[in-house]
Amino acid sequence: MDEIVAEYIRRTVLKIPRDEIKTVLQKWGFLSEVQLQTINFCQIKENISQDVVQLCEENSAGIKQAAVLDIIYNHIYSNKRVWSVYQMNKTGEEMDFFDLTDFKKKFKRRLQSALTNVTINFREYEDNAIWIRIAWGTPYTKPNQYKTSYVVYHSQTPYVFISVSVLKSNLPLLCQALVAASNYHDIHEMELRSHSLNSLKDIVFKRYSQNFQSYYPRPIQERNVAPENSRINQENRNEKERIQRVNLEVFGDGPQPKLEFARYKLETMFKSDPQMNVLNKKEPFRCLVKFSSPHLLESLKSLAPVGMADAPLSPLLTCIPHKARNYFKIKEKKGVSPRSFVSP
Amino acid sequence: MSVLRPFDKLPALNSAILLLVGSDEGLQQKLAEAMLREKKSFRINIRIATSLPLPSEGDHLRPRIDLIAFMIDIKSKYSLRNVEASLAYVDASFFLGKVCFLVTGVGRLNCCSVEMSAIWKLREVYSSPVLFCELELEGIRVATAQRLLRMLEICAGLIPGVSALYFGSLMSRSANF
Repeated sequence: MDEIVAEYIRRTVLKIPRDEIKTVLQKWGFLSEVQLQTINFCQIKENISQDVVQLCEENSAGIKQAAVLDIIYNHIYSNKRVWSVYQMNKTGEEMDFFDLTDFKKKFKRRLQSALTNVTINFREYEDNAIWIRIAWGTPYTKPNQYKTSYVVYHSQTPYVFISVSVLKSNLPLLCQALVAASNYHDIHEMELRSHSLNSLKDIVFKRYSQNFQSYYPRPIQERNVAPENSRINQENRNEKERIQRVNLEVFGDGPQPKLEFARYKLETMFKSDPQMNVLNKKEPFRCLVKFSSPHLLESLKSLAPVGMADAPLSPLLTCIPHKARNYFKIKEKKGVSPRSFVSP
Repeated sequence: MSVLRPFDKLPALNSAILLLVGSDEGLQQKLAEAMLREKKSFRINIRIATSLPLPSEGDHLRPRIDLIAFMIDIKSKYSLRNVEASLAYVDASFFLGKVCFLVTGVGRLNCCSVEMSAIWKLREVYSSPVLFCELELEGIRVATAQRLLRMLEICAGLIPGVSALYFGSLMSRSANF
């Protein structure tokens, strides 16, 4: 077995938490159940990884098997990567049948013709998702297995989830290959990024708890029956109810998709009388606001109920799941009143 | 939009009413419960409001208010703006000793987003005492509850010989010198 492959398998095993190693290896299916039983999973990870490598040596594993193990690892721990969503467009309305083998063949050919040295592996999952792992090389250097790109493609949808490697220069090539292989015409980034792949899927496939009912019937007002005998009285009970209702209308009642950040870039021009000659530069003022939280949408949702913001939050904040983007650029409308902003 | 007046209702016998105004309802509730747990010789009633003016539909049920405590969370500019907006709905005669500012979050000055000068300015403009506390800490919450109770007792006129105005001027003196 190749030295590089052995080291790669060893390092991948080391990344897995110790209690999970066995289940991951079982999912991998490369080592037989009998072989797995010979490994003592209670020792330190360093020793477990040595044992696994030894068994892989017996089975003469290649880079293909090692790559599959990496895909399984990334599928389970997909939140270790940052994913961004891309959308593909078609020009015509032609219906064509999606053929997986054809897709794989075209995709591989496209990348390999450009780079020669590139490792590409596919793995299909039951939810129609195709996971693609790409390790990049150049015509003169071997593929770097540690700086891989991941692509998750759902064949029935125009959406692709890409987690790029450190080697960003290959991204245009990757996009080209995707468009060509899936018979689309054009691809663009949706400005939606998160660690949680499943939440991104929830947002673009509209699976998050949306609220279609725009009017919530108010319970009949029982006037003045608030218990006056208690020693603590809430004065703003109706206001509280209004906040709850507004929040429900905006966010729905289900859990929110998980995003970690939202970024707003503001560009605005300084407006003055041209004769006054004050700051007559054409350069706009730039301002960047970044909201970050372990669970951004849930925290936005609870801002008003805990009394940290006014009840209907700015639509710029609440439109994130609905517009499916968390990177915004706010510019002035051209030629209209200077106070109105538009977000493209 | 009614302005809150201190003397337009008759007082109830042997009882004192505190109005807590602030945006963080959880903390208000905790403080109110801490005050109820304290031993006292008079009945108290605590009204919790997020902002002023108070909703008019409860006007006829609301007893006379003896002390208003405005709560400012030093970690939230929003809470300061909320208090500043609410102050407009308080009658001037309330500021003769029946208003105090409760500044919470003092334990975490590194997350401070309200400038101290803004709070000093509130004290100057409304000539009302400022109490600093950290309501998230049990011990300080109890101590604050005791202080507020004592002030409430004075403001309700339950301590002979000490009026709210006298007490208020005493507090502002001690803070100035």
